Amino acid sequence: MHIYLPPLIGGAIIGLSASILWLGSGRVAGISGIISGIFQAQPTQYIHRLLFLFGLLIGGITLLFAYPTSIHVPIPRSIPALVIAGLLVGIGTKIGSGCTSGHGVCGISKLSTRSIIATLSFMAAGFLIATLLAGRSI
Amino acid sequence: MNAFLSLFCGFIFAVGLGLSGMTDPNKVIGFLTLNKDWDPSLAFVMAGAIAIHGTTYFLFRKQKKPFFAPSFSKPATSNIDSKLIIGALMFGLGWGLGGFCPGPAIVSTVSLHPKVGVFVVSMLSGFFLVNVITYMLSFRKDSIQ
Repeated sequence: MHIYLPPLIGGAIIGLSASILWLGSGRVAGISGIISGIFQAQPTQYIHRLLFLFGLLIGGITLLFAYPTSIHVPIPRSIPALVIAGLLVGIGTKIGSGCTSGHGVCGISKLSTRSIIATLSFMAAGFLIATLLAGRSI
Repeated sequence: MNAFLSLFCGFIFAVGLGLSGMTDPNKVIGFLTLNKDWDPSLAFVMAGAIAIHGTTYFLFRKQKKPFFAPSFSKPATSNIDSKLIIGALMFGLGWGLGGFCPGPAIVSTVSLHPKVGVFVVSMLSGFFLVNVITYMLSFRKDSIQ
């Protein structure tokens, strides 16, 4: 199988998920938004958020059995790096109102200028830091 | 029906992430590292997702309301402000540093790998922190008015 085929098919499935959720329920399949909303003082659409999270986890368990090498992978970064990375991802997606799914997939599909600018920004920052850290063990 | 859709979409979203390679931080870092070993394959994830979702969005652009809900959700704002840019830059730094974005991190927790747990707990703390600060600021605004 061509190396670009699994990413393309996986991406298409992600696009299908976002399309079904949008056309069926009118909701945006932005993961950071769905999950962070659970931790709000006055959560809205609580059941939807929890069920989507539950679906993600069932999907993960399915992968664990059907395609274990996608889940059981060595984690290349150290614990302190992961603590800082997690905080940056949590705070950044919350104040920037979206992540790879919400801005990168859903927003760009709707040709939202806001999402295009957000995606260019996080891609640029991601490329920059990963390239600077190349070859270092952190 | 909406409850089922949330569960089902979460499920296939996770399967898509797993197939695509996004749940492997080594692959993500390989994509974000621009050197002679650059692995561009993950660009096809976004291409595939936008091809499907963009087409759906275009074909149903005249749809007044979703099939099982009263209305489409609207973004809270369309402003391009410093919050958007600073947030996106912080997210990008975290993504390149850790190799995980929110969806793949949550899906990967099922491996019970302690390092994934560390990342997810930090990420959830980040969400919580911003929520608490926003909540406190909203009180301050209320008391001023």
